Amino acid sequence: MTHIVKPYGDTLNDGKVQLSFALPVLTDAHGKEAARVLILSMGFDEAEITCMRDLGEGFTHFIAYASTSASVDTSKIKVKVVETPVMEMEETDLYIAEHLGREITIVGACIESDAHTVGIDAIMNMKGYNHRFGLERYQSFNAVNMGAQVASEDLLAKARELSADVILVSQVVTQKNIHIQNLTRLIELAEAEGLRDKMLFICGGPRISHELAIELGYDAGFGTGTYSTDVASYIAITLSKKQAE
Amino acid sequence: MLKLDLDNNLVSRARAAATKISSDFDWLFNGYSSVTIERTVLRLMGIDGATEDGKPLPNLLVDQLQSAGALHKGAAIWVANAMHHKSLTAQEVADSVTRGELQLTALPLAEPGVLYNLLSALSEKMLGQIKAQKAQREGYFEKYGPRRKPAIYVIVATGNIYEDLTQARAAAREGADIIAVIRSTAQSLLDYVPYGATLVGFGGTYATQENFRIMRKGLDEVSEELGRYISLTNYASGLCMPEIAAMGAIERLDLMLNDAMYGILFRDINPKRTLLDQYFARMINAFAGIEIQTGEDNYLTTSDAIEKAYTVTASQLLNESFALKSGVKPDKMGLGHAYEIDPEKENSFTYELAHAMLTRQLFPDAPVKYMPPTKFASGNIYKTHLMDAMFNFVGQLTGQGVQLLGMMTEAIHTPHLVDRSLAIENAEYIFRAVKDLGDSLQLSPDSFINRRANSVLLEATEFLEKVAAEGMFSAMAAGDFAEIKRPENGGKGLDGVFERDPDYFNPFMEQMKKELGL
Repeated sequence: MTHIVKPYGDTLNDGKVQLSFALPVLTDAHGKEAARVLILSMGFDEAEITCMRDLGEGFTHFIAYASTSASVDTSKIKVKVVETPVMEMEETDLYIAEHLGREITIVGACIESDAHTVGIDAIMNMKGYNHRFGLERYQSFNAVNMGAQVASEDLLAKARELSADVILVSQVVTQKNIHIQNLTRLIELAEAEGLRDKMLFICGGPRISHELAIELGYDAGFGTGTYSTDVASYIAITLSKKQAE
Repeated sequence: MLKLDLDNNLVSRARAAATKISSDFDWLFNGYSSVTIERTVLRLMGIDGATEDGKPLPNLLVDQLQSAGALHKGAAIWVANAMHHKSLTAQEVADSVTRGELQLTALPLAEPGVLYNLLSALSEKMLGQIKAQKAQREGYFEKYGPRRKPAIYVIVATGNIYEDLTQARAAAREGADIIAVIRSTAQSLLDYVPYGATLVGFGGTYATQENFRIMRKGLDEVSEELGRYISLTNYASGLCMPEIAAMGAIERLDLMLNDAMYGILFRDINPKRTLLDQYFARMINAFAGIEIQTGEDNYLTTSDAIEKAYTVTASQLLNESFALKSGVKPDKMGLGHAYEIDPEKENSFTYELAHAMLTRQLFPDAPVKYMPPTKFASGNIYKTHLMDAMFNFVGQLTGQGVQLLGMMTEAIHTPHLVDRSLAIENAEYIFRAVKDLGDSLQLSPDSFINRRANSVLLEATEFLEKVAAEGMFSAMAAGDFAEIKRPENGGKGLDGVFERDPDYFNPFMEQMKKELGL
């Protein structure tokens, strides 16, 4: 059923939005008007510059409110999301024992130039993050965290050596889309080595969505707010389904 | 006045244990060297430049000596010998090795006395140049007044040194006192220092000597315009600690990240390599009057900030004791800690206050470096901005030396111009608002804060005593630090560590030790 919505300030369909941006203009009436006209040219109906701040070096920061006549029909929106239900650690272990009856090997790493292990550690390390134990703690997982700056080749070699069921990759640094390059490289190498279809490829990071992951050729992607339980449940259910097929 | 009632007996016990731990490494400091230490010596002799395919000349020479099995005498002797035989400068020797015209070990070694004289002149020249840079920095502070406390520290990280400079100048005009140029993400594991000005990096900008020079020159201009000296910092960490320290000394960086154990624990660099490299790197920092900064915040980004608070204290004490061995004085020890407690935790601010006061009081002369919330920073920029304000409040209230400003977009991207500006505005407002508040407050004797600080200190003391008893390398191998196991002979860079010959000679280390009274 059609369901059309607009941004909400304090009255339904008022279309109010907040904007904040810098322009390379001086902090004066002329700059302010330039910012207002820019907002109108974005398609907004009204624009009020509520604050302008001199940033130095010829730049000015503008904070503005504007209203839009644009709307969206939420019934037409399709998104790709990981659809497996989320289970607690004990449930996942039980589920694997019942449906797979064997240990699952997971090899994880922060690949290529990325030195930030905060994501992979939160998901994999024994102690986990925010009251959810990491994959290392699960009885049914043999989880190997290779750490930071692991070359794609080394990750794949390790996965082959351990006959891994799952490869888990974290990418935190995203400047100039380096994460896309790194993730693409890994998948291309995996395909060349004939490993792509032998294991689940999962990626995660603050700027990664399930949709992006699918686009890059991965089985699943997890973004901000993901816990070990999300990843573990997905692995357990997906591998069980594959085995049943 | 806000002051903790600390158990002084514990303070002495903790310091004694830390001293014991660092003193166990005299065999390493006095008997070994590494490829990056030798490359540092060559840089200090005046050798610079890179081959067409980007290999730095100091690497080329050290590699030649290493494959000839001659490096254990030290690189200085061989280059001095070639200078003597061929009547060339050090740079000319390097150029001729690069052209494939010279094999350093093919020339017979001249009388040691001749070579020592030659090296002593070179060392005097370069160390004189470094002293002049130090004097210039001191002159600026004398002219414009000392750095404020807490000093405002912000990062730039565009990947392009010229873009970084624009952002740095803007930040300085808005009130920043210290500019850090974040390094490109993979640099810590490069066993060479890239050459020349760089325009592309990932999550940061490469640390090169030319980039240092460009940034320092730009900041000198803005310092003079503002009548306030803007300090510059970079990272003497990874596989090239002493080389980067030397470049910083030559180009007048004012602070340098230099942690005795960070590379081992968080970059999987070999323990011997790291300890050896930090020893010489810090000596260079000390000689150049550069303030070191340590990386204790890293313990808390991977572990719970309450449960593992003691690891920060223990690391600070170890960093202090290793720094003293290199001649760094307490007023140049920017020991680190961080505001990383879960904001959902009741009394999170009270805990932070206890931890921040503990650091300040244990190291009263140190310009302590206080790091912002990162672990619980999220895409909710409004909440992150609020957490940063609470962090700034603790920083001013407890008189930290350097406030590394949090950015509300910390969890999203490297800072935009606006993000940095709002962060500075936040800090300036809070610092002004609570400037003298601490003078009017005191803790009740049995307050939670007093008890908490003493309990963290007790845990740190017991931990250090345990490490002192079993030895630091064994403790690291067992995973006692940061819950990461680092065996003595594991990690990157071990093949670059070698035992010195009895006639090994490092003219710069000798001279600096003498002048630093080591």
